Amino acid sequence: MRPMRLLGLKTFRHGVHPPESKDETSGLAIRQFPFAPLLIVPLVQHMGAPSLPVVEEGQEVHRGQQIARADGFMSVSMHAPASGLVRRIALAPSISGRMVPAVYLEPFPGSTQEIEEGTPCPLDTASPDEIIAAIQDAGVVGLGGAAFPTHVKLKIPEGKFVDTLIINGVECEPFLTTDHRVMLEQSGDIFMGIRYLLKVTGAQKVIIAVEANKPDAAAHLREAFPGDLDGSVEVLPVKYPQGAEKMLFSALLGREVPSGGLPLDIHALCCNVATAAQIGHLLPRGQGIQERVITVTGPAVKRKGNYRIPIGTPLRFLLEHVGVEEDVNRVFLGGPMMGAAVSSLEISITKGTSGVTAFTDSAAERTHSQVYPCIRCSYCVDACPIFLNPSLLGMLAANEEFSTMAEEHNLMDCFECGSCSFVCPSHIPLVQHFRAAKDAVRKAKAGAA
Amino acid sequence: MAKPGKTLEIRTSPHILSGYSVDTIMFNVVLALLPITAFAVFAFGLAGLLTLSMALASCVLTEHLICRASGKPTTIGDWSVTITGLLYGLTLPPSLPLWMVAVGGVICVAMGKAMFGGLGYNTFNPALVGRAVLQAAFPVALTTWIPSFGAGRFSSLPSSTLTLPFTEPTVDAITSATPLALWKFSQEATATGDLALGFTSGSVGETSSVLILLGGIYLIARNMMNWRIPVSIFGAVAVLSGALHLMDPARYASPVLMLFSGGLMLGAMFMATDMVGSPMTSRGCYLYGALIGLVTVVIRTWGGLPEGVMYAILLGNAVTAHLDRWTRLTVFGTRGKEAAT
Repeated sequence: MRPMRLLGLKTFRHGVHPPESKDETSGLAIRQFPFAPLLIVPLVQHMGAPSLPVVEEGQEVHRGQQIARADGFMSVSMHAPASGLVRRIALAPSISGRMVPAVYLEPFPGSTQEIEEGTPCPLDTASPDEIIAAIQDAGVVGLGGAAFPTHVKLKIPEGKFVDTLIINGVECEPFLTTDHRVMLEQSGDIFMGIRYLLKVTGAQKVIIAVEANKPDAAAHLREAFPGDLDGSVEVLPVKYPQGAEKMLFSALLGREVPSGGLPLDIHALCCNVATAAQIGHLLPRGQGIQERVITVTGPAVKRKGNYRIPIGTPLRFLLEHVGVEEDVNRVFLGGPMMGAAVSSLEISITKGTSGVTAFTDSAAERTHSQVYPCIRCSYCVDACPIFLNPSLLGMLAANEEFSTMAEEHNLMDCFECGSCSFVCPSHIPLVQHFRAAKDAVRKAKAGAA
Repeated sequence: MAKPGKTLEIRTSPHILSGYSVDTIMFNVVLALLPITAFAVFAFGLAGLLTLSMALASCVLTEHLICRASGKPTTIGDWSVTITGLLYGLTLPPSLPLWMVAVGGVICVAMGKAMFGGLGYNTFNPALVGRAVLQAAFPVALTTWIPSFGAGRFSSLPSSTLTLPFTEPTVDAITSATPLALWKFSQEATATGDLALGFTSGSVGETSSVLILLGGIYLIARNMMNWRIPVSIFGAVAVLSGALHLMDPARYASPVLMLFSGGLMLGAMFMATDMVGSPMTSRGCYLYGALIGLVTVVIRTWGGLPEGVMYAILLGNAVTAHLDRWTRLTVFGTRGKEAAT
């Protein structure tokens, strides 16, 4: 299939145009965030098995020191975000609502907070397997939000190959500008990371995808693009969810990931630009992730900005530090399209947190609208980037016909981008119906097996 | 920081909405119908005003009372019944006895909408359901027309308007044939300018094609109407009637007369495009429009009636569910799989 074009730029079919709301933070350079008096580092920050703590209560740790090790291949290491004292290892609240094991770390107030260096993984001499191990040791997960362990994705099974590596700097989620700033300020790390990724995957070509609302980032990366790398920077039109990897492959390569399949099936691999930057920064120094860039924004935030925030910073400390309006109504991690609302300010920043957005009463009011019956307007059909019929699926969900939804109407292909709910004039919580339905289908399958 | 005791709201994503809402869409359709309504009153005077008012009042009141009777909050605030009332009124002959208008209005909402389950579930366009029942029950009254722009239209009423219920309406001294009837029964063509601007006789609101088109373009520009439906209806009508006209211009009406006369414009723009009764896929909309266009020409040309838009649209509504199933989109990443099985 030929890639579709919009005003001369490559894109995918369908999608929506939410207001971008990025202007207030896109021009603000990344600033270092202070250490909270107590950091709470969850041992489950990724998809997969929880990490196993290797420190004890009462132990002193250095910033960057490993505090938990991977429990098997589907797991990663954790590192101390600050030099300090391990107060306790106990359960802590998480965004999912579940309590998860966590390391409570009290930073030393007088410490210079030098980052401990480990054994570097040199690009030229390390083998692909050594790089994969180094990425796992550095605790790298997808920083775009899914927090899938990066090294798992990079382990190419026997008989498969990757010809194109795509570096995702699209950042289609409204309000967020972290990737934008990383592209402007850390291009050296990004290209170093790309070199590691190319070596691991064996891909010949790299494409850096940037949305058209970040022309400065695209121009900067083009200028900084090393002459010896085969690849390009592609500017894509502003459309949501352009940053979903399936949409990127379809736009840039004209290849569709098969339903239920993996990007490897179409010989492509996608990696977030911030993840690439972390790899390029950490591996040559032998360090692990102990902080990340996060956009703190939204109408209820007083000092909006892009901050480099230590992992484990409690949300309450973060919001007190940036200042929040009196009429704050809703706080969510990530952007407004896919972000999850928080139920407690005691949860902390994790590796997968790309943004913290806070809405006031008036900003949130617009989603309080009355729910009407479906009027078959077909807005959702025209929005769904994977060509489902959300209207029909919504009616089936209301009748709890979950297996019909999965077997006859491709429910499991939904990746919950929220475009259908965004456009629905009847304000039916479609994507929420689909999350619940997918969960029910998975549980039924697990029960049957 | 927030006040102590301030609670945070937990909602699921997305946390922003497009801002479109059922009531805003419906209200914009009402807005688009207003110029047509105003022209109808201007063209048919008191008779037009009373017909439209009675149609609107009977529809809105029926919806309100049904909601009350079933113990639900009234739904007249979503504006959808206002559209039904206006459209229904606009399709009626201006001299129709008011009691018939009221009976039809009750049927529109009770039979066409409430019985199917209310807004979103009304398979058939409610305004046309009411009109179809009237057409079957009172065929003569529904095909009796008065001329537009009659001299005394703001001071007097056609004698039939105030006929008492269940009595035979007296046929006015001045009646007039519609452009389609003129063609069908005496092969007489009407001037194109008169057709486009609405200086002809016909139903209350079907006469001014220009205002109907403008209203439709407004809704299309605001993405509140699927342009594929009117475009394919017009295309199908033009192609079929054009081919017939080329074969025998004396026997078959020209495509221009076909497009600009009768209820085609109003039906194609405002009734066939009713979101509830039309397909959801683009290909489905093309097929749906083509079907309505073809059936309209067939009924007008070979049927016993001079007009067929109403039945064509109701037929289109009936096959919408099938069209949606036949034109299902291929889900992302399943293209190869379908070819393999």
